[in-house]
Amino acid sequence: MMQERPLFRASAVGKSYGKQLGCRDVSFDLYPGEIMGIVGESGSGKSTLLNCLAGQIEPDTGDIAFDVDGTGLVSTLQMSEPERRMLARTQWAFVHQNPRDGLRMAVSAGGNIGERLMNIGARHYGNIREDAIGWMGRVELEANRIDDRPANFSGGMQQRLQIARNLVTGPRLVFMDEPTGGLDVSVQARLLDLLRSLVQELGLAVIIVTHDLAVVRMLAHRMMVMQKGHVVETGLADQVLDDPQHPYTQLLVSSVLQV
Amino acid sequence: MSATPADAGDGYNFAYLDEQTKRMIRRALLKALAVPGYQVPFASREMPMPYGWGTGGVQVTAACLTPDDCVKVIDQGADDTTNAVSIRSFFARTAGVATTESTEEASLIQTRHRIPETALREDQLLVYQVPIPEPLRFLEPRETETRKMHALSEYGLMHVKLYEDISRHGHISTAYAYPVNVGGRYVMDPSPIPKFDNPKMDNCPAIQLFGAGREQRIYAIPPYSEVKSLDFEDYPFDRLRASGSCALCGADDSYLDEVIIDDQGNRMFVCSDTDFCGSRRDQGHVGDQSDLFETGAE
Amino acid sequence: MYVAVKGGEKAIANAHRWLDEKRRGDPSLESLSLAQIREQLSLSVARVMAEGSLYDADLASLAIKQARGDLIEAIFLVRAYRTTLPRFGASEPIDSAKMRCSRRISATFKDIPGGQILGPTFDYTHRLLDFKLAADGDVDLAQSAEPSNDHMPHILDLLNRDGLIQAEETADAAPGDLTREPLSLPATRAVRLQALARGDEGFILGLGYSTQRGYGRSHAFVGELRIGMVIVEMMIPELGFAIEIGEIEVTECETVNQFAGSKTEPPQFTRGYGLTFGQQERKAIAVALVDRALRWRELGEDNLGAPAQDEEFVLSHCDNIQATGFVEHIKLPHYVDFQSELELVRQIRRDALSSKEAAE
Repeated sequence: MMQERPLFRASAVGKSYGKQLGCRDVSFDLYPGEIMGIVGESGSGKSTLLNCLAGQIEPDTGDIAFDVDGTGLVSTLQMSEPERRMLARTQWAFVHQNPRDGLRMAVSAGGNIGERLMNIGARHYGNIREDAIGWMGRVELEANRIDDRPANFSGGMQQRLQIARNLVTGPRLVFMDEPTGGLDVSVQARLLDLLRSLVQELGLAVIIVTHDLAVVRMLAHRMMVMQKGHVVETGLADQVLDDPQHPYTQLLVSSVLQV
Repeated sequence: MSATPADAGDGYNFAYLDEQTKRMIRRALLKALAVPGYQVPFASREMPMPYGWGTGGVQVTAACLTPDDCVKVIDQGADDTTNAVSIRSFFARTAGVATTESTEEASLIQTRHRIPETALREDQLLVYQVPIPEPLRFLEPRETETRKMHALSEYGLMHVKLYEDISRHGHISTAYAYPVNVGGRYVMDPSPIPKFDNPKMDNCPAIQLFGAGREQRIYAIPPYSEVKSLDFEDYPFDRLRASGSCALCGADDSYLDEVIIDDQGNRMFVCSDTDFCGSRRDQGHVGDQSDLFETGAE
Repeated sequence: MYVAVKGGEKAIANAHRWLDEKRRGDPSLESLSLAQIREQLSLSVARVMAEGSLYDADLASLAIKQARGDLIEAIFLVRAYRTTLPRFGASEPIDSAKMRCSRRISATFKDIPGGQILGPTFDYTHRLLDFKLAADGDVDLAQSAEPSNDHMPHILDLLNRDGLIQAEETADAAPGDLTREPLSLPATRAVRLQALARGDEGFILGLGYSTQRGYGRSHAFVGELRIGMVIVEMMIPELGFAIEIGEIEVTECETVNQFAGSKTEPPQFTRGYGLTFGQQERKAIAVALVDRALRWRELGEDNLGAPAQDEEFVLSHCDNIQATGFVEHIKLPHYVDFQSELELVRQIRRDALSSKEAAE
């Protein structure tokens, strides 16, 4: 159930590239276990926004805060770099659109999953391997591929590996950038199913960026619609999708093929 | 603290380096001892021997020497390999200090690639020559990144490498320059000593100093420090030694060099530490091939 | 029968003696004089001074003679000698605008105040081996004119007046000194330029070349290249003013690169800069190209992943004394480490074979 205290807060976040607007004046709270979908076409500013929120780039305006230890929101922009890096390795996770950006291609699947465990002190080879095998099972990868390098995996498998690698240490907040982009439709569907069950099982809070409304429909509790860098509509995902108010949202919704 | 200049001739300061430089190096050494295993940047000077040939070790030694010191220099465990000879004569010339081939007699030992077999004492300094001080270098080439990893104890990548070795070979496949953890905090490269030597660093009574001239880093291990080779609980560190004993002195627990003795490729194993082997032979120990062995004249 | 070899000391002594013989070469020929090297191999001398970071033509000539013509070995000798020299202080920055130019050209304008002066350059010579030189022919002196009193301002300062070229930062703080402090990354521009000035000509030439061929994207024009004598002044605290302590020859190159703009500034031309001791045009131009490539971040450009843009890569590998030391050090005995690798490979193979047998 939603708790009283927000886990994450964006306040008037904005970023531009010269005269080119990235995103502007974005604010929202996110509670533990909540999934926020950010939709828009390419060029809408959603990826810029995600990168600002996840600390990958610095916003020009606004603040971003996270409840690090349960005692209240702390601004991540004010944090020192070491603190931010620690956060990125423990409580946050980032699933990249291209799994190659989120995996070590020269390291085996087992090594990829085990790395975060080893980072926080796991020192028993057998246990690390067992954990890795367990996670491969959860993301529906065959255990006998544990020593294979991701370069030999299909796109869908690489994405699953990336997800396992990110979730193995139990982060509280996961950022996802078009996690099903570039995959076959059937592969996408299975991946979304997997994501949904994992997120529910682990009580993760998620901020997911996508151009695909079906993804939002399946996963998100709340959503924001972006157009040309601005947020044009927000609300509960079901409500916005069933009864869009803003003309742009209406356009988006009506263009989605009903299956 | 300042020493008298060496004999006339060259007009160089005692042990070649000027006093300001020695002061700078000593400050770096003190910092290094205060933070065991941490790589302290220092302004390495251009020395009369090339970078990569021991300038870091030479600068550390030069900063530590006093006229009463007795210096031993070894390379591959031997006193008479060419580079050891060259460095030893450099100190004899520029510092006028006594030199020795005996580990027991030496007050300062500069070494490349080995730790002496003879146990060291509290009144001794061991100076290691280091080519690449950064244990993470071949996993992460950027110094800007490895610096942060050390600062945050982000050593997971190091263990990933060991994990990969085991998954591929069934063993950790690092044979030398085997990374260690010092005092439970910093991960350090012990210089390219064979992993066989790693246990000697742990709880060692002597001060251990490490100099990397070209890379401009100094680090140190204070006496009686905990030095643990990285491993997994279920794949513990194994120092690996060829079975067999020294053909000359019969030692069965020293690091052995493999020597090819004829055109047929026949081999013999002898102690790498020439002083250790020689001392044992002086005490009457014999190996099983010592009658076949002849020390070449001069 | 195994004979353990001793005698490293004697081998070294003999090797040095043989080296001395080789250096002398055929004893029936005259030995090279330092003056001959200084005068007739002046471009080698310039390189040794520049990369040795020590302005002394006679010392550089001696180093070249001792090094048997191996310039990197000569640079090493000069550097090692420099380490031992006491420092009295630092000079005032040289004022290259007041240079007595023997050569001064600009590719960006046809005519410039003070004129285009070709100077003693290989440019426009036909690269045909001149066999007259083999016979050691004498040379007629070139015609000389009255020395010009024309003012020779920096061309790029003129562009600056219209705000067309990005202004260089001025700072009063003393720049870092690579010979006194370890290189620390990220580096300031001053430290980068120092490293490049001392860096290997060949390495920097290759990197500069790469920026022209798509590894990096700066279309460079030579705004100005000038070679000549500049005065060196030093502030004397007891006197309260600066006195002239001598003059040195330097080569200075300023490049003009494609215009950029930032969020707050409209487009302007940007610069690259190179400065070396002695006459070293190729080096100065190459340094300017690499300097410009390394400035991508402060100019708000993209990192294209080009080697010349990678500060850590460029600065860690441009010093040829470090490079030659480490590259050549692999000649030193490494048999102890090799032995441990041998043992490990043997062990792994043993285990692999025995588990294979067990499986069968």
